[in-house]
Amino acid sequence: MSSYPIIEHEYDVIVVGAGGSGLRAAVGLAEAGLKTACISKVFPTRSHTAAAQGGISAALGNMSEDDWRWHMYDTVKGADWLGDQDAIEYLCKEAPRAVIELEKYGVPFSRTEEGKIYQRPFGGMTANYGNGIAQRTCAAADRTGHAILHTLYGQALKRNTEFFIEYFALDLIMENGKCYGVTAWNLQDGTIHRFRSHITILATGGYGRAYFSATSAHTCTGDGNAMVLRAGLPLQDMEFVQFHPTGIYGAGCLITEGSRGEGGFLVNSEGERFMERYAPHAKDLASRDVVSRSMTIEINQGRGVGKQKDHIYLHLNHLDPKVLHERLPGISESAKIFAGVDVTKEPIPVVPTVHYNMGGIPTNYYGEVISKSENNKDVIVPGLMAVGEAACVSVHGANRLGSNSLIDLVVFGRAAAMRAAELVKPNSKHEKISENDTQKSLSRFDKLRNANGSTSTAKLRDQMQRTMQSKCAVFRDEKILKQGLADIKKPWQGIEDIVVKDKSLIFNTDLVETLEFDNLIRQAMVTMASAENRKESRGAHSREDFKERDDEKWMKHTLAWQDGEKVKIDYRNVHNFTLSNEVQYFPPKARVY
Amino acid sequence: MVQFSLPKNSKVVEGKYFKDKTNGKTLKKVKIYRWSPESNENPRLDTYEVNMDECGPMVLDVLIKIKNEIDSTVTFRRSCREGVCGSCAMNIDGTNTLACTKSAKDIVGEIKIYPLPHMQVVKDLVPDLNKLYKQYQSIEPWLQVEAKNDKVDKHEIYQSKKDREKLDGLYECILCACCSTSCPSYWWNGEKYLGPAVLLQAYRWIIDSRDEEREKRLKKVADELKLFRCHTIMNCTNSCPKGLNPAKAIGSIKKMLTQYSKNL
Repeated sequence: MSSYPIIEHEYDVIVVGAGGSGLRAAVGLAEAGLKTACISKVFPTRSHTAAAQGGISAALGNMSEDDWRWHMYDTVKGADWLGDQDAIEYLCKEAPRAVIELEKYGVPFSRTEEGKIYQRPFGGMTANYGNGIAQRTCAAADRTGHAILHTLYGQALKRNTEFFIEYFALDLIMENGKCYGVTAWNLQDGTIHRFRSHITILATGGYGRAYFSATSAHTCTGDGNAMVLRAGLPLQDMEFVQFHPTGIYGAGCLITEGSRGEGGFLVNSEGERFMERYAPHAKDLASRDVVSRSMTIEINQGRGVGKQKDHIYLHLNHLDPKVLHERLPGISESAKIFAGVDVTKEPIPVVPTVHYNMGGIPTNYYGEVISKSENNKDVIVPGLMAVGEAACVSVHGANRLGSNSLIDLVVFGRAAAMRAAELVKPNSKHEKISENDTQKSLSRFDKLRNANGSTSTAKLRDQMQRTMQSKCAVFRDEKILKQGLADIKKPWQGIEDIVVKDKSLIFNTDLVETLEFDNLIRQAMVTMASAENRKESRGAHSREDFKERDDEKWMKHTLAWQDGEKVKIDYRNVHNFTLSNEVQYFPPKARVY
Repeated sequence: MVQFSLPKNSKVVEGKYFKDKTNGKTLKKVKIYRWSPESNENPRLDTYEVNMDECGPMVLDVLIKIKNEIDSTVTFRRSCREGVCGSCAMNIDGTNTLACTKSAKDIVGEIKIYPLPHMQVVKDLVPDLNKLYKQYQSIEPWLQVEAKNDKVDKHEIYQSKKDREKLDGLYECILCACCSTSCPSYWWNGEKYLGPAVLLQAYRWIIDSRDEEREKRLKKVADELKLFRCHTIMNCTNSCPKGLNPAKAIGSIKKMLTQYSKNL
């Protein structure tokens, strides 16, 4: 192996990832006086939070009466009772404060006539425990994520956060079950770094790119999730992959749910507003899993539109052009560029597209990572936290509601920073650790860098993406998943014959993509195994052979460990209790919209 | 007579030629600027024949196809592929733009792709934008309100629809740097002139009705070099892939300065 000089750093806390949750955590850590480094493989404003469109949920009640308990009920129901209700209570109760904070940071929210933050209806968001529509989703036109991300980056700059930009994090440094930091590769000058920290916060986002067609950015490769798997820790609820109903047909780019919030609707080849049949009350604003399934059924039954009858139309052309211009300018532009459609005149061709991972690194509502001890108890992994899409708190359970992810980022980003401030005394000394994990990480890096096989990374990635797309999609059954389990091993085994042509160290994107593939394939295997294992239908996990939700057997979180091509599965209890007496536990009931 | 010569290794030479191996019928020639800091070679233009019948519509699709199928060493930044992250800004067919929203079919003849001009090159199509990021930080891109007005924690700061509208055309900026790197003034005085991208952002905070430091902000940019090196060449506005108008924002700052000049 080549020898790599290591540049050492010592921080109280490091944050890996500079999207919404990573930046919010970094801001909180700076405020607490902790010496913080924020490491990101892309410049912060390039993070995928920028692509969030429709809004951020919080029961502000600016447009109609609202209550955080109603928000909580909707989130519990949206999650199909797989969410932890203590965490959901925390999220919904904290949400209004978090949005007001963002506004004061400078987010250019759209406004009501009175000058308050504008709120729009969104899927699954109801008033009074399902008895009416709530306007709860705070929006900056249809560029809410962009506005929030840029604002949070500004706040991090204000607090002189130390950024390590275009550093690719390689592995966690673990010893005796405790996390001591990460190894990382500086793309701009090719050097290798070791960041020592008392707490490492993973804010590395989702892994949408395990699939062939996703709204996710190319960089959404779940690097933190994979670091956790390599450290011998489990990921939770990985079978729950959200398909967004309205990805642009072909390109896969997102068209916000806010377009239906503003009055848009879906139509099949017979010109029928079919959502009225599937969700008589909420119609086009049912939760995403319900709408995506309904669309898939319409297409499978021959009522899709287009030459191949393989997609659906989203109509916005009946809306006032002024509304489109003011509230949906971004998607009007996207539809023009990627579908060649003038939204004031024609419908947008859309199809359910992979969008969000409910699963991820198991944490409590402080952001501390959880694993399971040998005597079957939840244990905290010292020194390690996770926030944002990378984490599975779990507030989204089996299906996330639209606009609940942006609020998740800032509420739990802040919570993690507060928890870290409780646990770490600023500038405390770092313990001595062995070189084992650092060397293990570098030898993996070196092996891939010098890989001289005959299969390109792109080819293996394509094989993985197509397997996930066809074998672990909206509808699943035993036969397809069994086949998927066999098929997904092939790209994993393919790594043995992989080739990386670029051997350089400076901005070697050939190697970056290979490291990202190594990250993705692990998550793909875990996702497939978890999906095969769960023999019921719940939220985004829909089994044709087990059509009903089975609370008796399956109201539990899946935990999955990856060891080579083997995946070990175990479970955790769903928290069926709340945090305070301000709200009662919502017992499971049938989920109808 | 004085002889001027370019530094050694700065001349762009003709590079490798990659012939199509898929028997494609609709071939497009794509010329890509290549340079690696880890070799002593001159920068070069490699040519790739791309089968457009099996390629997505955008220039980014072409680049990804080349990287996936022909030459995995081609280096460029990309992320969202929908025009919101600003990663894939580059000079395509002579214009700075985003590869992900630039249609390849609209380009007549061969496609020439260079990194954003007048920036240090890290590798191939990857420019070093650190200077621009520092300049961005210098305009203090965060809302400045006095703590006393901040104490009612329960409510947002109210802003009328009309005041909010003033941020339209500004807050959408994705910091891709297409504008600044197309500006001759920024090319020559980039160390001191803030350039259109950063000035547009400066104006975004100056004009925000919630911000209480308008005068301080104006004072900060009211400088012969930081601001007045804008000579209304308008390349910025022509190149903005988001359809924004940095030149107008700069003009607005200049106009405000005349109004505020007594106090500054």
